[in-house]
Amino acid sequence: MYTLGIDIGSTTSKCVILEDGANIVASSLVVGGIGTSGPEQALSRVFQDSGLTREQMDGVAATGYGRNRCGETELKVSELTCHGLGAHFVFPQVRTIIDIGGQDAKVISLDDAGRMQNFLMNDKCEAGTGRFLDVMANILCIPVNDFGDWAAKAKAPASISSTCTVFAESEVISQLAAGTETADLVAGICASVAGRVASLAKRINIVPEVCMSGGVAQNSGVRLALAEAIGQPIEFSPLAQLFGALGAALYAYHKIK
Amino acid sequence: MSEEIKKHRPPPDPNSAKYKLGQIAAKAYSDAQEAKDRGEMVGWCSSNFPVEIPETLGLAVVYPENQAAGIAARGGGERMCQISEADGYSNDICAYARISLAYAKIKDAPEQNMPQPDFLLCCNNICNCMIKWYENLAIELNIPLIMIDIPFNPDYEVSDAQVAYVRDQFWAAIHQLEEITGKKWSDEKYKEVMEYSGRTSRAWLAATACAHYEPSPFNGFDLLNHMAVMVTARGKKEAAEAMETLLKEYEDNHAKGVSTFRAEEKYRIMFEGIACWPYLRATSTGLKSRGINMVTTIYADAFGFIYKDFDDMCRAYCKVPNAINLEYARDKRVKLCKDNHVEGLLVHTNRSCKLWSGFMYEMSRQIGQECNIPVASFDGDQADPRNFSEAQYDTRVQGLTEIMEINKEAK
Repeated sequence: MYTLGIDIGSTTSKCVILEDGANIVASSLVVGGIGTSGPEQALSRVFQDSGLTREQMDGVAATGYGRNRCGETELKVSELTCHGLGAHFVFPQVRTIIDIGGQDAKVISLDDAGRMQNFLMNDKCEAGTGRFLDVMANILCIPVNDFGDWAAKAKAPASISSTCTVFAESEVISQLAAGTETADLVAGICASVAGRVASLAKRINIVPEVCMSGGVAQNSGVRLALAEAIGQPIEFSPLAQLFGALGAALYAYHKIK
Repeated sequence: MSEEIKKHRPPPDPNSAKYKLGQIAAKAYSDAQEAKDRGEMVGWCSSNFPVEIPETLGLAVVYPENQAAGIAARGGGERMCQISEADGYSNDICAYARISLAYAKIKDAPEQNMPQPDFLLCCNNICNCMIKWYENLAIELNIPLIMIDIPFNPDYEVSDAQVAYVRDQFWAAIHQLEEITGKKWSDEKYKEVMEYSGRTSRAWLAATACAHYEPSPFNGFDLLNHMAVMVTARGKKEAAEAMETLLKEYEDNHAKGVSTFRAEEKYRIMFEGIACWPYLRATSTGLKSRGINMVTTIYADAFGFIYKDFDDMCRAYCKVPNAINLEYARDKRVKLCKDNHVEGLLVHTNRSCKLWSGFMYEMSRQIGQECNIPVASFDGDQADPRNFSEAQYDTRVQGLTEIMEINKEAK
């Protein structure tokens, strides 16, 4: 039995095909989320890589901000549930998931069976999300994927005190002009995101073990700063950005099983 | 040109509570305009000011909060807020205040007009921003302001000292109004108003309590509309009769197994905070489409006043939801959740209302823990449409629904 999960986020689109709710047959991730050709590209890539077709899918579920505009499926499920299912699949011992995506941050609590018990999300402000990091990467002319390597080289991480993205942007520009080392600035930016998300996480009861999901999970600079801020090690999987799509495929599997 | 197809709606039943309540709410504005046209003085009044005072004196008053909600619900919120902001008011202050200050300046809003005031009645038991809002109105319009101070109550009970403090202010307000308007206080008339206010409040609270039936005989969003009468007209005979009709209809609905909630009631939630008026349809549809009925809200309770004499009335106005401490406020909500078999709590983090939203993080955490229900919150505003994202709302409501579904399956 094959099930397909589609996660249409604000900046990327992801797909996962699962066999019998247990084996990942193929996955895809393309830049371009809701309102772009990203979802179609992600779908055609996952079918191409798997050698399977839409007709061979026994169940399909969509998640992410674009889930309601996805004509591929009857099943629509929130990314909260999907990140929970995806994280539980990879790390069965995890009870707290911190998901930092393109435009929001979420903290999700699971019970022992991996069912969502509670969640918290950021307010309307984009500080503490992937978008904040994108804006900073743009000023520094460094790919956001390299932030982890840069942060590791920091000698005296800069203090970024502004919460607001716009204010933080001018703060980083001022520090650049004042000669602050790029590595120190990157480490400060990572710590700023981590501090904001840690405040959110601490409002929920952080039960170990903890893992990260979403695109920002790839960023070891933020991940390590966040682990320090919450006082807990954070599990990481290279599949972290696919947890939403993986969870959607699992959801579809459980619905039709 | 395409022909407009209008959905046929049967004419409203003039004996229905909905019709009667709609008429009373509309008449509050037309009565005030007629009084103004006759040359009588008209007041602007804050929502938790003792309505019994102007009612006993036979004064026509209108309610800026009610007007601002109407303007916002009909799409005029942003336009009015921007007028105030251009005058220097921060967009961090209450959007009702910004709309009202704009209306006092331009004196026209097609969404909901009302007569300009000759005096102002303000009570700070519901909101502190209101003090400066009304002071500025008084200065801008050069008219008298009567301000009643009801302090925040850190205790569960209202002390005799607090009653005395408030009683003296109420009497001072009465005497000031007699002087300003030439109207005279009558104890006989007050008794009559008190009786109607009590009847209206008892029927209203009993009607809202019908939500304990499963399924609830009404859609909780109905309360948000009917509440206008509780704010503006609770001391009137017509209001008492209309609320008694509403109660009877809800009891009849329950007996017949029908409801004004036009969907299968799969989940029952409490809604916390003032309605997000600019997006009433979006917030309501997001719930109804998932079979979620908002069966209770503290906001509805806020306008039910039951008392037996003047001192008791003072005490009642000292116990309105925003004037009480966190623990008491939490216990009232926990009772509503338990009485009405609530399965989840949806919190509107209302950018306009710092007082209310500020303590909600902690209060909602305690309610969730005490009632063992999931809690989700969303950002919005009671009247400024720039503070709400429908996609973010939808995700939070869906997440809440999925936890309620998991909890149901686990039972």
